[in-house]
Amino acid sequence: MSLLRVEGLSKEFGGVHAVQQLDFAIPAGQVFSIIGPNGAGKTTLLNLLTGIYVPSSGRILLEARDLTGRAPYEYAARGIARTFQNLQVFFNMSALENVMVGRYLHERCGLPAALLRFPSLARAERACREEAESLMRFVGLGEYAQSPSDAMPYGALKRLEIARALATKPRLLLLDEPAAGLNPTETLGIDALISKLAESGVTVVLVEHNMKLVMGVADRILVLDYGKRLAEGTAEEVRRDPKVIEAYLGAGAH
Amino acid sequence: MSGRTASLATLAGIVLLLPLALQNNYYYEVAIQVGLNAIVCVGLNLLIGYAGQISLGHAGFFGLGAYGSAILTARYGWPPLAALASATAGVAVLAYLIGRPILRLRGHYLAMATLGMGIIISIVIATEDRLTGGPDGMPVPALAAFGAALSGERVWYWVVGATLLAAVWLALNLVDSPHGRALRALHGSEVGAEVTGIDSARHKVKVFVISAVYAALAGSLTAHYAGFVTPAKVTFFHSIELVTMVVFGGMASTFGAVVGAAVLTVLPQALTVFKEYEMVVFGAVMMLTMIFMPRGLVPTLALTLSGRRLPR
Repeated sequence: MSLLRVEGLSKEFGGVHAVQQLDFAIPAGQVFSIIGPNGAGKTTLLNLLTGIYVPSSGRILLEARDLTGRAPYEYAARGIARTFQNLQVFFNMSALENVMVGRYLHERCGLPAALLRFPSLARAERACREEAESLMRFVGLGEYAQSPSDAMPYGALKRLEIARALATKPRLLLLDEPAAGLNPTETLGIDALISKLAESGVTVVLVEHNMKLVMGVADRILVLDYGKRLAEGTAEEVRRDPKVIEAYLGAGAH
Repeated sequence: MSGRTASLATLAGIVLLLPLALQNNYYYEVAIQVGLNAIVCVGLNLLIGYAGQISLGHAGFFGLGAYGSAILTARYGWPPLAALASATAGVAVLAYLIGRPILRLRGHYLAMATLGMGIIISIVIATEDRLTGGPDGMPVPALAAFGAALSGERVWYWVVGATLLAAVWLALNLVDSPHGRALRALHGSEVGAEVTGIDSARHKVKVFVISAVYAALAGSLTAHYAGFVTPAKVTFFHSIELVTMVVFGGMASTFGAVVGAAVLTVLPQALTVFKEYEMVVFGAVMMLTMIFMPRGLVPTLALTLSGRRLPR
């Protein structure tokens, strides 16, 4: 049973076909990876899958529900969360508050309750804080709980975005180049975290440049080139596909 | 004690003890003026400081609150409290209708749209002279509650003081709730907030309406307190003054908004010794503050005193 299905998805920017006629399905409970050279349309595709861009044509279905044309917050409400390659951390808030924002969808709080600070809200806030703390420990940021986010190192901010996304309790988690800009040790750490995420039952979509990371953790891989599907399959199938070798790995990469 | 309770207790202490230093009615008058401006600034700070949206037209909402109260009581004989409540509610509805389309705009475009809104309100008030008295203004009946009219600086000091405390309490509560976090989040990164499930358009309109209600309430109180309204407080210049108070006191700091209102209300009174150079000195104080304390007064002081801590 596929969790997310994409049918004939296209996106044009004034004559440039960033994504063309894509069809694929993401099975539930797997790590699905999208790879491709620079400019292949990976980030455009991710922006389409989270409602940031509206497709020029085609449909996006989460289970049977058509989400095409909805706003990003509606995608989030349906269970799709994401991180960003160029960080979108709330730098005006502490690390913990960033994760607490992620709980927004699950807090039922009317405006009067907020303005008058009902006792029920104070209890909910305490629970929210505890949950955010435990998520920070889960992604390995326990020591940063009280830090202002603008004082954290780059690698920790990448994890902070993952914790914030997890706080929305997503069914589908889209990671946009989580290892970009990290050193080899940090990359191994992210690798382990992604495996841990997959084990916890959330379906992960991994957009990556780092082939090693992808080959190790991905159950299925979709290869994009010039916005079109070049190949799709398991790591082994994709690695052996001559089209992939030529277009992405380069002719010399056996 | 949380930061919220501490700052509220400090402010309550100041309001309670301040009369000891107020020697005559003139001092009371200035203190009341500070309180009324502070109410507007606490609301405006929710919009500018926390949600990161600009408004250069809040004097318009202030004016609609003032004239709403004035017209309903003086022309239609409404009881003052009912007029105050209706004027404030009316402004809330208007702010919602205006906010829906214009809060799609960002940055300079939003600034221009709110500026235009403020100017339109100001022109309407100045020209509809059958209702508003035009440039000459109009008298406003005193505020009466439970059969007794409120008059005299000392009574008004406590009315405004209590309203300010309530306004600050509500604002602090809002900031420290899921709603407040959503506002700060969309200030930090709008796309980040959206993919986290926050409907940024709805939250912007909500905080715009709340800040307009603060301004309208202060406007109504000002009208009843002064017993007279003129279009002078509805001008574009007054909008700029209000924004300056928020920025000077410190953005995203409720206490800062109060301090900003206090300093910039008292300063022109103190500067009257400079006679015609008053505005020049005022401007110079502003420029130096912006250059040396871009975060604003209260957050800068808080940072200096506590080492490195994120201002609230």
